[in-house]
Amino acid sequence: MMHANLTLALELLPLQLWNTIYMVITSVVLAVLFGLPLGVILTITAKGHIKQHLVVYKILSACINIARSFPFAILLVALIPVTRWVIGTSLGTTAAIVPLTIAAVPFVARLIETSLQEVDRSILEAALVMGSDPWQIISKVLIPEALPSIIAAITLTAVNLIGYSAMAGLVGGGGLGQVAIQYGYHRFNSFIMLTTVILLIILVQLFQWLGDYVANSIAKKRGKSLHV
Amino acid sequence: MQAQRTKFSGSNIIEVLDLSKSYSYLGKQVSALNQVSITIEKGDIYGIIGQSGAGKSTLIRCLARLIQPSAGKISFYGNDVTNISGQPLREFYKNIGMVFQSFNLLGSRTVAENILYPLEISGIPLEKSNCRVAELLQLVGLTAKSGYYPAHLSGGEKQRVGIARALAHYPEVLFCDEATSALDPKTTKEILELLQKVHTELDVTIVLITHEMDVIKQICNKVAVIEAGEILETGLVVDIFAQPKYATTKDLLQHASHDIPQEVINNLSPSRQLLSLRFKGQVAKEPIISQMIRKFDVDVNILQGWIDNLQNMMLGTLIVEFTGAPENIQQALAYLREQSVQCEAILK
Repeated sequence: MMHANLTLALELLPLQLWNTIYMVITSVVLAVLFGLPLGVILTITAKGHIKQHLVVYKILSACINIARSFPFAILLVALIPVTRWVIGTSLGTTAAIVPLTIAAVPFVARLIETSLQEVDRSILEAALVMGSDPWQIISKVLIPEALPSIIAAITLTAVNLIGYSAMAGLVGGGGLGQVAIQYGYHRFNSFIMLTTVILLIILVQLFQWLGDYVANSIAKKRGKSLHV
Repeated sequence: MQAQRTKFSGSNIIEVLDLSKSYSYLGKQVSALNQVSITIEKGDIYGIIGQSGAGKSTLIRCLARLIQPSAGKISFYGNDVTNISGQPLREFYKNIGMVFQSFNLLGSRTVAENILYPLEISGIPLEKSNCRVAELLQLVGLTAKSGYYPAHLSGGEKQRVGIARALAHYPEVLFCDEATSALDPKTTKEILELLQKVHTELDVTIVLITHEMDVIKQICNKVAVIEAGEILETGLVVDIFAQPKYATTKDLLQHASHDIPQEVINNLSPSRQLLSLRFKGQVAKEPIISQMIRKFDVDVNILQGWIDNLQNMMLGTLIVEFTGAPENIQQALAYLREQSVQCEAILK
């Protein structure tokens, strides 16, 4: 029995572990790609910031709140038509990236907004009076100054997405989540269930450690302790 | 290191006419500046002094066009800059430099990279910029710390970086917003000496705001005293020190001197008067007091005395107690005034 379990685990888990990593990393990259600009727009259009525009701010902020209100399980099902349209199918690992990314974008936007808000306004003022245009303020001041905090935000997103990716397994998304459900839950294979959970724990620890390491190295180089 | 600045001509760098700024706060209009007019000439080290809340910070932020005034006019070499924005405003910024109380350095950049920032955003080739950065590091004495991050610098060093950065573009005018207020007395003195050096060596006009008369005394040639959003008096520092017209100015000057013992103040009467006598220039060198004592029946008790050296002009101050018949004291004072000594009763 033990031997059969091991064989099954070795057969299933490496591929599905890779599938989870692929889903999570692709979704994080896409979520940052879309979420970072949104976070920047939220920040600079807020009251008293370099491109104050309260209408834009309020509309964007409301949209983000609405998107964040959806429980992921519901978003997963609701987005099936969108996924079909984008990917051509709603099944499989690549298809799971669509709901994962869409769930993560508003989350990333808010986290990035919070990070960028921490940059002291008086530093922006100094940059303005040196003749910076808004794009230079964003790319050379706001983002670099907030970088350790932005990396912490991305780490948080990645860890959350590991959890979400397991849920995606419910609707045929592949990855460790699907293994846990198919073998661990439906077939009462507690060995597979346990191994999957342990792999997920290790994965979360790894992502967290890597994120903390990068964020702390930057902060340490700058002589500051990280306050996130 | 001298800049080729042929862009501008004229002796008035900044002319401010009837400048007002009001904010709306909790639904009410609060006036921070009220019809302020000052002229800053090329080569000035122009001090704006006032207590906190007087509006000096609003004024310098209007002058540097970090905020837009509500009314009035600011001219920079005769060009109206009151309402410019966008690209013209960024062009204006490149002709000025600003130094802040809280330094406002970029924590993500080293000392050298901080100084490089203004050059980098103007698209100056890196090779040329690096030369300029090296010059500026030399100027402020931080060559050895070029690779340090701001968090590893002392307050004085941070301000040196702030000054170097502000000078990167060979600005016409340097605005200092309480540049020394966060620093200890020794560092303050060093930073003021650096500003002085920048002023003479690089021919930069300086406008600074402060609440410390000592700062004005040490480096400014002109001063404007501001209170409740209005300019009370402006003029050469020597004149204002010798003959302050307003209570605020006297108050600020008093801070620059020492306190008078309460016991002396308690014993004052028409026949015991506490006076401050100011001697300007040549007068400071003559034995006027002993001549006065011989001529009039008045006793003089000297409580404090000091000589200020303001831009090579001697200004002596004596805090004295005159004892004698009131009419004798009056005559003695009249005599002193004839000798162009500024006499001022100190009433508490």
